[in-house]
Amino acid sequence: MAARRLLILGPLVYLAVFFLYPLGAILARSLDADPFIGFGPFTSLLGDSYYLGRIWFTIWQATVSTMLTVAVGLPVAYLFARHEFPGKTLLKAISTVPFIMPTIVVAMGFLALFGSQGIVNTTLMDLFGLDKPPVRITNTLLIIFLAHAFYNYSIVVRIVSTFWANLNPRLEESAAMLGAGRFETFRNVTLPLLLPAIVSSAVLAFAFAFTSFGVVLVLGGPQFATLEVATYELTAKLFRLELAGALAIIQLVFTYAFLLVYTRFQANAAVRVDLVPREATSRSKRRASQTVYLVVIVLGLVIVLSPLLALFERAFTSGGHYSLDHFKNLFSNDTGSYFYLSPIAIIWNSMRFAFATMVISLVLGTIVAYFLARPRSRGSGVLDALFMMPLGVSAVIMGFGFLMAFNRPPLDLRASWIILIIAHSLIAYPFVIRSVLPALRGMPVQLREAAAVLGASPFKTFLHIDLPILARALLVGATFAFAVSMGEFGASLLLVRPEFTTMPVAIFRLLGQPGEANLGQALAMSSILMVIVAMGFLAIERFRYKDMGGF
Amino acid sequence: MPILEVSEISKSFSDGYAVESVSLTAERGEIVCLLGPSGCGKTTLLRLIAGLEEPDRGSITFDGRALNGLLPRERGFGLMFQDLALFPHMDVTGNVSFGLRMQHIEKAGIRKRVDELLEMVDLAGYGHRKVHELSGGERQRVALARSLAPEPKLLMFDEPFGSLDRGLRESLQTEVRAILKTIGMTSIYVTHDRDEAFAIADSLVVMDEGSVVQAGTARKLFAAPVSELVARSLGLKNVMPGTVTITGAETTVTSRIGTLVAGDAGPRPAVTGSNVLVLVDERQIVVRHSSSSDLAAGLDVGVALNGVVEGLQFHGGESDLIIRIGEGRLTCLVRPGDFTTAISAGDSVDVVVPSHAVRLVPREG
Repeated sequence: MAARRLLILGPLVYLAVFFLYPLGAILARSLDADPFIGFGPFTSLLGDSYYLGRIWFTIWQATVSTMLTVAVGLPVAYLFARHEFPGKTLLKAISTVPFIMPTIVVAMGFLALFGSQGIVNTTLMDLFGLDKPPVRITNTLLIIFLAHAFYNYSIVVRIVSTFWANLNPRLEESAAMLGAGRFETFRNVTLPLLLPAIVSSAVLAFAFAFTSFGVVLVLGGPQFATLEVATYELTAKLFRLELAGALAIIQLVFTYAFLLVYTRFQANAAVRVDLVPREATSRSKRRASQTVYLVVIVLGLVIVLSPLLALFERAFTSGGHYSLDHFKNLFSNDTGSYFYLSPIAIIWNSMRFAFATMVISLVLGTIVAYFLARPRSRGSGVLDALFMMPLGVSAVIMGFGFLMAFNRPPLDLRASWIILIIAHSLIAYPFVIRSVLPALRGMPVQLREAAAVLGASPFKTFLHIDLPILARALLVGATFAFAVSMGEFGASLLLVRPEFTTMPVAIFRLLGQPGEANLGQALAMSSILMVIVAMGFLAIERFRYKDMGGF
Repeated sequence: MPILEVSEISKSFSDGYAVESVSLTAERGEIVCLLGPSGCGKTTLLRLIAGLEEPDRGSITFDGRALNGLLPRERGFGLMFQDLALFPHMDVTGNVSFGLRMQHIEKAGIRKRVDELLEMVDLAGYGHRKVHELSGGERQRVALARSLAPEPKLLMFDEPFGSLDRGLRESLQTEVRAILKTIGMTSIYVTHDRDEAFAIADSLVVMDEGSVVQAGTARKLFAAPVSELVARSLGLKNVMPGTVTITGAETTVTSRIGTLVAGDAGPRPAVTGSNVLVLVDERQIVVRHSSSSDLAAGLDVGVALNGVVEGLQFHGGESDLIIRIGEGRLTCLVRPGDFTTAISAGDSVDVVVPSHAVRLVPREG
């Protein structure tokens, strides 16, 4: 028994070396530059109106994005929680698609929809015979807000609709019987009761918008740098590492403050509210006419899928008609670049890194989940929080920390592709924990005891009892890990060597070069990435562990 | 002139719950009890009257006003749900004053009314308690006060005491009836528990499978239940169909357990061959071991039958003895001293059904 407990040392060492040590390296770097005062970089950052402006901008763009996200998410949550209609399951599955898409794919989708060469503009130009694109929202705040809302609204939908569906409808009916109108009922009863769920989903959406990187970098342009983008630029372009370190520390303080608030509200949400089993609420679900539902469903599908469909359509459009040119162009090295890689090589890079990430994350995540699931495990709350910490660290900071930490022997990993996999696995394994843990906690102890009594060895018990029961949860976690790695952008951009270029990095590089041909290639590569990720999730949608986790 | 008139109301749901052509009335200040097994449509009927559901057919009028199409709040009724649905994010005062606040009554008026109501339900000084700090019985009182606060014209109850233990339930029933009668509140009370119905109601409406089976005062229903179901939901234990034979002054009836002689109580069917419901009072049946010789002694006028004991249900002082006779079963109330030797399942017994224990109720068909 004790020997198996020691397995937890593996993940602990992994976390210490590859997570805590790089964070320490960032902190050291941010303080080192001025050994006498110690806070030099911080004083110069906070004394610089540009960086103060970045902090302020990051906060308020995240605030506006969050408000828009909640405004979009709440009506959808209401629809899913209180209405029964044909095709609901499908619509629910599709509505989460944006959240699982890589940020770079979402950003490319918005370019394909609203860019100067996007569907909206070309269609309007054709219709009205215009010679300039009428909708000019790329490189504006508006498109950033829209993309954030598109990307994050499903968090609000998921968290709030689950809560709402379990909220006793008799409470609202009681209010109606006591003379409250629909608005008064919503304001006095429904909204206060939903508030914990709304706040906790809003905090998550805020944290994502706050650390947004790909969307802001691709859609916003240089004038809209968030802290994350500023950290990246300080690291990769200006080489002011001590400033980057200080900025990273400032951002970390913010993110962990949000996560603290989030956990608080999650805990509160569980205690106070009058929740009933979902079957009890289903009978009073309102029914509207089939036409209304059809309109809602079609409209919902169009909104949810339009950037992704636009991405597809543009990838296959060249010179005004459908063609495979953009895909073919991926194979030609027009500029004769020394660093050129064929699309096959890039896809192969992404796939093998994703597989390696998946394996590492499964091993780490499963060991940690087993440890956390033990009954009466002391300090498991603290360990849980510790192992979830990488979720709170943005990708750019992770990459930056790796650059600071692993740049000299014995751990000089900069030239190796291993550094990528380690970074990806740190971002991915919390997802494995979160999907395996509920399944593990729901597994009756007696099963294992029965197997042991029947003479099975611990290994055989794991093989024949645990594994089949956990299979679905493991599959879900594995797919998440795979998708996280496929789409990972911020850390990869800082860490990747040209020969190990992954798909998101390749898309970004193509986008950075002028000309329609490069944009077309970026669209083509994005649509391939989208298909690979979508296929993974299509697979787990069939095996989904019932009402899993809180993501 | 009844104040509430529900006529021929129907409502069906895709999942099978339904109300089929139901009519009922309530007088001003009357407490009407809907009695029936769960799933019989009682709750749906309540929700239709409340305006939480719209009927497919039929009409509801209150005080001469048609209610169809009116929102719940436009009807001015109150409804106390089975799970009470107290607002968990408000304290007792917040809950009780909710309806008053919706009417935009000024603050001093609200405070005065809340104090009165809390006094009335025996919760004076509980205003600042949180809902989750209250006991089950206290919650019921808060829910009652909350429902009464806006002075509804009709107050409906959907099995509100179902979750309480028997003793608390009984004392609350008495209390609620007293309060409703004091303020003259017209009420509809849904329950599946006949004791609760008898304790609270002025009149009963027995429902089954979405329809009203019989309505009237408890006394009237006891005297002439129209069906086996009504008789059983009133708590009558021995109910069975029978066919009448009249020979001179004597009326006999053929039933599953054999031929019985009917007494004088109740309405008498006039003709031979008419179908009746046979009710046998379980308290007046005499049972003896077949082997026992004391059967002949003190024998009433009646019919002697032979049966086999199926089971014995102990209720404290008395027991229900269930005896299989012929094609049917008879339940007999027995007291500890009735038997010289212990009786148990499988024993053969002689049963005497005296004529005054047998009542006949005419039925159609």
